[in-house]
Amino acid sequence: MQIKTALFGIAYILLAPILGGLLAGIDRIITARMQSRKGPPVFQPFYDVFKLFEKRNIVVNHTQNFYVACFFIFMIVTGVIFFAGGDLLLTIFALTVAGVFLALGAYAANSPYSHIGADRELLQMMAYEPMLLIVAMSIYMITKSFHIHDILAYHTPLIKYLPLVFVGYLFILTIKLRKSPFDLSTSHHGHQELVKGITTEFAGPALGLIEIAHWYENVLLLGIVYLFFAALNPAIAVVLTLAAYGLEILIDNSYSRLTWRFTVKSSWIVAGIFGVGNIIGLAVYSYFLLK
Amino acid sequence: MSYMKKSPWILHYDGSSCNGCDIEVLACLTPLYDIERFGIINTGNPKHADVLLITGSINEQNISVVKNLYEQMPDPKVVAAIGICATSGGIFRECYNVKGGVDKAIPVDIYIPGCAARPESIIDGVVQALAVLEKKAAAMDAVPAAEKVGA
Repeated sequence: MQIKTALFGIAYILLAPILGGLLAGIDRIITARMQSRKGPPVFQPFYDVFKLFEKRNIVVNHTQNFYVACFFIFMIVTGVIFFAGGDLLLTIFALTVAGVFLALGAYAANSPYSHIGADRELLQMMAYEPMLLIVAMSIYMITKSFHIHDILAYHTPLIKYLPLVFVGYLFILTIKLRKSPFDLSTSHHGHQELVKGITTEFAGPALGLIEIAHWYENVLLLGIVYLFFAALNPAIAVVLTLAAYGLEILIDNSYSRLTWRFTVKSSWIVAGIFGVGNIIGLAVYSYFLLK
Repeated sequence: MSYMKKSPWILHYDGSSCNGCDIEVLACLTPLYDIERFGIINTGNPKHADVLLITGSINEQNISVVKNLYEQMPDPKVVAAIGICATSGGIFRECYNVKGGVDKAIPVDIYIPGCAARPESIIDGVVQALAVLEKKAAAMDAVPAAEKVGA
């Protein structure tokens, strides 16, 4: 068991950046095709990151480097906890810590764009955190465990009991993947907002590290999507997970950016209606079933 | 092997252009020309950019802005002057407030003349700029690593 756990952890550390980078490359091609463009080569995200490491690192405040390194390390730790079969709740808390380090890095530079980007990053965290916790709680209600290997071993696909929680998770996934309409703090595909928001003051290698951390993060987030389909045939579950990512790309390309007020309000309303609604429904259902 | 050529990110600055060249620069991003095929992205942030595209002439008002943008870009970097105004001042050359082309403010690597410069010539110019970028990257590698780190 322990060797298997360690293997999964190491596999995540080695394979997640490759998987995440490829996903980003495919994302850019699909996005380009949706805009009737040809798009870059599939390995473009890797070229970008390799190039960033060739650039000189311009640093306004040297603590920036420390915060970016912490963001990177905590993002890997988060993923390792998850993929090694650890605690789902701990994964979510570690993810939050990683996010806070990125915001601190942006605050360390004395730039208004970077500061507003960091403010918005914190607002986004406030927006998605309730729904993320509801995901963990509702999964616990069914499987009676926060441990990933127990959740994976559960006999029925969780989507059967938690369809509304899944919809709520897809909603906040848009925020986490930095996609429109919620790409407030920074954005992909060369979209600009407040220059470049939270990453404005990071140049060269520091930006490259943030990009790789983002790939790790994306793989982790899709791992959580996979939990909902875990009891199905693994191939079908993976296809459904990738379909969820495809849906996010479609949303990204069909909506323009919304305000931070709308982001916070709507994600809390969604967490309230879909997340809490599902949990209440589940509680009522099990109450009558037990009687 | 250097990846500079494969992922040049662009910063576009409008000096005192009539917008003719700016529209042609942006036309390069549209489905017809789609420069993202070559990994080119319009960043809008000097700290992320490798290529600085400047349209329009340099005047007393914008010379400090252009210098500031250039200094904020991390090495290696190249500058392309787009359109005849950015190249030499063009028809505005004799104006009392115009200093001349972009090279009056910062070193320019590639001149792309035209009024307005066509998207084809802009793309061609940027591709030539990438060769210069590659050379600069190679020259930077010769510098000891200790000098690369730090502000």
